[in-house]
Amino acid sequence: MRLVMDIQKELPLFRLNVSISTEQKILGILGASGAGKTMTLRCLAGLEAPTKGHIHLNHQVLFDAERKINLPSRKRRVGYLSQSYALFPHLTIAQNIAFGLHNMPFSEKKERVQTYLNQIQLTGFENRYPSGLSGGQQQRVALARALAPQPNILLLDEPFAALDDHLRSQMEKYLLEMLSTFEGITLFVTHNVEEGYRICDELFIFSKGAITASGPKETLFTKPPTYTAAQLTGCKNFSQVKRVDAHHVKAMDWGCELEVESSELSSPDFIGIRAHHLDFPNEITNDNTFPCWISQLREGPHRLSIYLKLFEPPQSASDYHLQAEVFKETWPTLKEKPFPWYVHLSPQQLFLMKADSLHA
Amino acid sequence: MGQIDLFPLKLSFEVAGCATLLGIVVGFPLVWILSQLKSPWKNTLESCFMLPMVLPPTVLGYYLLVALGRQSVIGQFFESIGLPLVFTIRGAIIAATVVSIPFFIKTGLTAIESVPQNVIEAGRVLGHSEFNVLLKIIIPLAWRGLVSGIILMFARGLGDFGTTLMVAGSIPHETTTMPIAIYNTMLAGEPGKTNLLVIIMTLAAFFILFVLNGLSHRFIRQHDLTN
Repeated sequence: MRLVMDIQKELPLFRLNVSISTEQKILGILGASGAGKTMTLRCLAGLEAPTKGHIHLNHQVLFDAERKINLPSRKRRVGYLSQSYALFPHLTIAQNIAFGLHNMPFSEKKERVQTYLNQIQLTGFENRYPSGLSGGQQQRVALARALAPQPNILLLDEPFAALDDHLRSQMEKYLLEMLSTFEGITLFVTHNVEEGYRICDELFIFSKGAITASGPKETLFTKPPTYTAAQLTGCKNFSQVKRVDAHHVKAMDWGCELEVESSELSSPDFIGIRAHHLDFPNEITNDNTFPCWISQLREGPHRLSIYLKLFEPPQSASDYHLQAEVFKETWPTLKEKPFPWYVHLSPQQLFLMKADSLHA
Repeated sequence: MGQIDLFPLKLSFEVAGCATLLGIVVGFPLVWILSQLKSPWKNTLESCFMLPMVLPPTVLGYYLLVALGRQSVIGQFFESIGLPLVFTIRGAIIAATVVSIPFFIKTGLTAIESVPQNVIEAGRVLGHSEFNVLLKIIIPLAWRGLVSGIILMFARGLGDFGTTLMVAGSIPHETTTMPIAIYNTMLAGEPGKTNLLVIIMTLAAFFILFVLNGLSHRFIRQHDLTN
């Protein structure tokens, strides 16, 4: 399967300009609200028409502005699952799943519906109506309904956003199971960075209607190329930088000079490090180690967020340079240390970024 | 009591029934078209279709007379095929349809527009044509409103007086519907007969609406599983 998409669309607030070319099976789309993620999926599904460009799926032209081709949704063989399940309230669960199988002989249709009911573990619910199901069950039915006609491409628009944490992880399990036998391409839009990482092979970072970064998930998480990519993949610590030489930069916001690994970026705009990559040696033994004081502590269920001020004690709780995250288990030993603490920003964990350009 | 002529009652129900059927046939496509249009076209057309609700029956009747009368192209055409419109039951049916159709259009449009867009889109993405989506999703989900519109249309058609009188006149045993017959007996100074006809009309109208409402509630209960 190969998806080639290069589209532009004028929207009231920005211009959607998306270019994706991939053979990967599961693509993740990360981006802030209103970045154009849903609109991209709607253009793929044929529910909206781009102003310019083309969409090809396996040599089939779904859309081509120049050739005036715009295949209607019903001919695109797309599965679409949105946050609102959009089940047909007047049809039973079995009828809902069978809705996309209208060209199939009855016996085959029945068998297919049964297979999917088994997969989503709702056997015995076939004659119920959606209103008699819980949110998680309804979403499973919607997933089965989208996959039953065996579409070429599956579009998932924040499918788990309305579910609580427990149901989310359950749905993720169902999704991964069902996707393991699905042969088409899946586009998965999510706000949840960890979910995106677990489910997808390749990630696209959207910002203001354009893809600012893309690539295999591992690369995007270890070396995000742009500020937005870093921010959306969960990075908390940023500083503007000026390059000093091939291995050193000056971090202006943090007021220090840092040793960095060699990078292709000759003039980076920002440097960043993830909160859990900061470590606390007992004394200054390496480069990139600086004295620091705590401005604020925030406790999560498993981890502790520590806000740090470099070089001098903080004036207030909001006066800090870095945010570190440590497991709660390490806190008892950590808190015994006298001030100043020392924080180490490992060159292997630091990454340099560009400010956002519109094209990655 | 042998003098009471129930032909007008029968005629009223026939006219209202036929006008309702004609109203569904003509009204449903109009509702569908309106639901697909965007302002300002939608607003303009919707206002036009609502006009019969607010225009005085005489004005409406006059327009219809001009449009369907012997001088008009339409009138001449129907006359030539032996089915003249004015001063016939056909004229009465058309008049009742025109006055009652706004009730169907208004309620039907609200019903169709309340079907969630994402459910309609789900139908399209699952490979169904627009016609199938209409038949299998939109109509079943808008059913409640459509049925109310049909009952309102029937009720309005049953009670029409002015427009029917203008277009179909009052020819005994041909175009004199119940409201017109009541008016005639009152003018003729027959209060006993008037009272009786008024009571018969009220009871008959109540009975038929009672039955229709009962049927529609039962139908809706059986088919409406959205809640």
